[in-house]
Amino acid sequence: MSNDAATATHTALTIPPVDGPGAEPPVLGIGASLPPADARAKTEGTFPYAADLWAEGLLWAAVLRSPHPHARILSIDTTGAAEMPGVRAVVTHEDVPGDGAYGRRVVDRPVFASELVRHHGEPIAAVAADHPDTARLAAAAIVVEYDVLEPVTDPEKAFAAEPLHPDGNLIRHIPLRYGDPDITGDVIVEGLYRIGRQDPAPIGAEAGLAVPRPDGGVEIYTASTDPHTDRDLAAACFGLEPDRVKIVVTGVPGATGDREDPGFQLPLGLLALRTGCPVKLAATREESFLGHAHRHPTLLRYRHHADAEGRLVKVEAQVLLDAGAYADASSESLAAAVAFACGPYVVPHAFIEGWAVRTNNPPSGHVRGEGAMQVCAAYEGQMDKLATKLGIDPAELRLRNSLSTGDILPTGQTVTCPAPVAELLRAVRDVPLPALPKDSPEDDWLLPGGPEGAGEPGAVRRGVGYALGMVHMLGAEGTDEVSTATVRVHNGVATVICAAVETGQGFSTLARQVVQETLGIEEVHVAAVDTDQPPAGPSTHGRHTWVSAGAVERAAKMVRTQLLQPLAHKFGMSTELLQITDGKITSYDGVLSTTVTEAMDGKELWATAQCRPHPTEPLDESGQGDAFVGLAFCAIRAVVDVDIELGSIRVVEMAVAQDVGRILNPSQLATRIEAGITQGIGAALSENLRTTRGVIRHPDLTGYALPTSLDAPDIRIVKLVEERDVVAPFGAKPASAVPVVTSPAAVAAAVRAATGRPINRLPIRPQAAVAATNS
Amino acid sequence: MTTHAPQATQTVTLPASLDEAVAALGAMPAAVPVAGGTDLMSAVNKGLLRPSGLVGLGRISELRGWHYQDGHALLGAGLTHARMGRPDFAALIPALAASARAAGPPQIRNAGTLGGNIASAAPTGDALPVLAALEAELVIAGPDGARREIPVSHLLAGREMLEPAELIGFIRVPLLHAPQVFLKATGRTGPGRATASVAIVLDPARRGVRCAVGAIAPMPLRPLEAERWIASLIDWDGERGLAPDALAAFGEYVAAACIPDQPPLADGGEAPPLPPAVLHLRRTVAALARRALGRALS
Repeated sequence: MSNDAATATHTALTIPPVDGPGAEPPVLGIGASLPPADARAKTEGTFPYAADLWAEGLLWAAVLRSPHPHARILSIDTTGAAEMPGVRAVVTHEDVPGDGAYGRRVVDRPVFASELVRHHGEPIAAVAADHPDTARLAAAAIVVEYDVLEPVTDPEKAFAAEPLHPDGNLIRHIPLRYGDPDITGDVIVEGLYRIGRQDPAPIGAEAGLAVPRPDGGVEIYTASTDPHTDRDLAAACFGLEPDRVKIVVTGVPGATGDREDPGFQLPLGLLALRTGCPVKLAATREESFLGHAHRHPTLLRYRHHADAEGRLVKVEAQVLLDAGAYADASSESLAAAVAFACGPYVVPHAFIEGWAVRTNNPPSGHVRGEGAMQVCAAYEGQMDKLATKLGIDPAELRLRNSLSTGDILPTGQTVTCPAPVAELLRAVRDVPLPALPKDSPEDDWLLPGGPEGAGEPGAVRRGVGYALGMVHMLGAEGTDEVSTATVRVHNGVATVICAAVETGQGFSTLARQVVQETLGIEEVHVAAVDTDQPPAGPSTHGRHTWVSAGAVERAAKMVRTQLLQPLAHKFGMSTELLQITDGKITSYDGVLSTTVTEAMDGKELWATAQCRPHPTEPLDESGQGDAFVGLAFCAIRAVVDVDIELGSIRVVEMAVAQDVGRILNPSQLATRIEAGITQGIGAALSENLRTTRGVIRHPDLTGYALPTSLDAPDIRIVKLVEERDVVAPFGAKPASAVPVVTSPAAVAAAVRAATGRPINRLPIRPQAAVAATNS
Repeated sequence: MTTHAPQATQTVTLPASLDEAVAALGAMPAAVPVAGGTDLMSAVNKGLLRPSGLVGLGRISELRGWHYQDGHALLGAGLTHARMGRPDFAALIPALAASARAAGPPQIRNAGTLGGNIASAAPTGDALPVLAALEAELVIAGPDGARREIPVSHLLAGREMLEPAELIGFIRVPLLHAPQVFLKATGRTGPGRATASVAIVLDPARRGVRCAVGAIAPMPLRPLEAERWIASLIDWDGERGLAPDALAAFGEYVAAACIPDQPPLADGGEAPPLPPAVLHLRRTVAALARRALGRALS
C-alpha cells in the first residue's frame, strides 16, 4: 500500500520537544516543519502525473499478458491484430532490436516471453493503435498457442523441480555460520512462520508516454524511481546508445517499491520507435497488480535456545523466499533476511540458512523493508514463545537481550552506529495504555468490524504486544551508493538539480531545507528529474535522505565558499567567521554587513558535489561481512481489540519509539512513520495477493483489502531518539522502512496476547484469532 | 483508417418516467439499463461488458422515493443506499437501513441503488438477505404499462427472470413495526464485502421470526426449520426474551442448516470433516445469527 504523500492520519501525540521546553521550532532550514512545495497542487488535483500527459497525434498502447503461470508458447499469430483498422504496430519478442532480456539487478527477464511463460501476466506482445479500446481489442485478437505446463508454486518444491530458467531455480543461498554449532540452551522454542504476498499497491497505477526523437532516439515520460538504471536497460533493449534514450520523471503517485515496471516501459519505447509517433499507456489496476513486483512470500523455521534467565544462547533458522519467476531484488532481500534473522538482540551463536528460489508465482522484488519485515514477524513470534515458556514478561525478556552500540551482529559486523534499542522499548512500555472503552460511552467504541459491523463488546478481548525491529539503510553488500547534486544561485534564488526522485519520501522538501540552512536563502526550487542529469541512484532504502541530501549539502557549501571567499579575503578573515541569515551576510563581530544579492553582484554561482558513504563488502560463503552502511531501529507497542468469536481484529493504538539520528523535518518525519505503520498494519491484517496455482485471484482493490481510515489506529509517536549517526550527513537516519518492518510483528504479538493463539501466519486470518469465550 | 468515430457511437437515453424507460429498452433491445453504475461500470472497465447503448434511470424521480400501500412500503428501485441509511427510513425498515449503511464507502452508497443491488444479484449484495427475510415482492414494469409481481427470492434463485424490456420498478416490503437486525462480518474494520451476513426480522402479527443468511451462497438462504422452532419458543405476548442457551442453539441450528456437514460416503464410511475455513464460516454464521436474534429480542 502507499498512502505516502502528505496524508497524515490522526496522530495522538505530536513530536515531543527535543531542545527542551521553550525552544522555538525554526521556520526554515533543518529542523523546520516545511510543507512540501507541491502539496497544494496535489490537493487540488492540478499536479501532473504521467497518466495526465498528452502529445499531438499520440497512439495508445496495450500489452498482451499471459493468462497462464507456466506454459510453452507454440506460436504467436499477430496478423489478425495487425490488420484491424486503427492498429499501427504490433510487436513481439522478434521485434526487440537489442538485448532480448533485462533486469534492474540480474539480467534474466525477457522483454516479451518468446518460448516460455514463467508467470501469470508476463508480457507477450504489445499493440499501438489510435484508440485505447482498439489497442486492447487488438491485443486480445493476437492468437497465442500455448502448451500449458504444470506450474511450480510451492517454493519448497522448487529445489527439486525442473529448472524454470536457464539460470536454475536457486537464485541465492546464504548459509550464515556464527559461533558454536553444538551449543544448546536450557530452554528451546520452535516455530514455523508464513508471511503472505504484500503488494506495493501504489495509489496511481503505472502510466507513461514515449516520444520518438528526430535523432532516432526516444524519450520516455514516466514515474521511474531509478531513472538512470531504467534508461540503461531500455537503451540496451532498443539497441541504442544510452544517450539516445532519455527518461523524464513525472510526478510519482506513490512508491513503496520499485517503479515503474519495465515490462510496460520497454513496449512503450519500442512502439514509439516503430511507429514514429508518441505512444501512451495507462495501466488498469489489474495490469498493475500483474506487472509490478511484490513483497517476497516467505516461509521461516526457527529454533531459539535460551538460558533459564531468558538470555539468548543460539538461534537456528531457515528462511525461504519465494522470488517468483525472476531474480530482481531477491538477492538483496535475502541478505537482509539472513543478516537480521535474529533481530536487534545479542545472539552469541547463530546458524541461519537462507534461500531465494524461482517459482511460477507472481514476481517478487523490492518493497520497503524487504527481507527484514518477514524475519521480524518470525523472531518476535519466537521471543513471545520464549517469554511464555519461561514465564517472563515479554518486554522484560526483550530488554534482557537488546542490542546496543558495540555489539556484534551474526554477520560479524560490529554495530558502530547508535543503537538505543533498550531505550526505545522502555519508552513504549512506560507510556500509559489507552483507556478501555468501558470508561467511555459505548457509542464511541469502534469495535472490530466497524461502526455498522457485528462486533459485540462481550466477545471483545484486548491485547498488548511488543516488537523490536531493525533494518539497514542504503544499498548493501558493496553497492556503490553515490549521488551527485548541483546547486545554482542567481538573483537571490537557489535551484537544486539532482536526479533523486521525489517519491513522496520528502527528498525535495529536505533539499530545500538543506540549502536554506547552508546558504540562508529562503526561496529554493528543486528541478524536475531526467536522465540528462548525473545519476543519483534508486529511491530505495532511504538513500536520498542520506546520500542525495548529503550531496546537496556539499554543493551548497561550495557555493557558500564561492560567495564568501572574496568578502573574507577583502576583510582579511576566514569564511567560517561570516554567517548568512535571512539573505544577509554578517561577520562574527558585526563589522561587515551586506546582503547576499549585493555580494553576488549579478553573478551566477554553480557548484556540483558528490556524496559517497563508506564502502561495504558482500557477505562471504558463511554469511560474514561488513555488508551494511547503517542500521535503524524501532520499538512498537500495539494495542488491539479482537472479537474472539468472529476473529475480527482492530488495531486500537500503535505506540512507536524510533531511532532517527536527527529530526530534519518534524511533520514530514511523523508522516513517514504513520505511513509505514499503516502499511505494516495492512501486511498484518488484510493485504495478501492470493493466487490459485500461480494465477492471481483478485487483481483489484476490492479483493486486495488495503487499510482504510477506519483500520488505521491512533499512532502515538512516543519518543524519537536523536543520537546523531556520525557517518551520516546531518547525523540523520532514514525513517520510512523500519516502522513497516516492525509493526506487523507488534500487531501479531498483541493478537497473541488477546487470544492466546500462536499467530504464526501473516496476514492474520480470522480463524487464527478465534478463541474460546469462557475465559 | 481511424477507429475514433465508431467507438464514440454509443446511444445514451435519459427517460424521465418508468414507462418511457421501458419503451426505450423495447426500442433498443441491446441497450443496458444503468442506475448507480457501481457494478455495471466496473464490468465495463474490466472489458467484460461493452454495451452498445445505455438507458440511464437516474432522472426517473418516481423511482427515487417510496410510498405506502396496504400496510406495505412500495420502495422505488432508484433509492440509493445513502437515502435508505437515513433515520426516517431506518424507523420504517430498520434492517434494510442497517444493510444500506454497511454497503460500502460513502461514494458507493451515494450512487448505488436498491434496484441495482437486486439486478446485479451479487452473492455479497448486502440488501439481499434483508429483502429475503422480509419476503419482499418486486413490481416489474413491462411494455405498455404492464405490471407484474414476483417474490424477490424467485428472481434471485432464477425461478423467474426479467423478460426483455422489463425493469424492476418497485420493491414491496411489509411494514412490520417490530425489531429487525442486519449484521455482517467483513475482513477489515473499514468498508468491505461481507464474508457472511445475517438478517433477522420479527413479525409479531404472524408470530414469526424470519432469518436469511447472505454472502455464503449464490443467493440468500432461509433456515425455515430454525425459524419455526425459535418462533415457537418466544413468548409473543410477554417479554419476548430468550435464554442465552436458546439463542446459541438457534445460531447453531441456522449455521448447520446453511452449511451442512458433508454427506456420508457412498460405501457407508464416515463423512469427511469440513475444511477449517468452512468450519470457521459456520462458526461465524452461528455467532452472527445468535447476536442478531439477541439484539432483535433485547
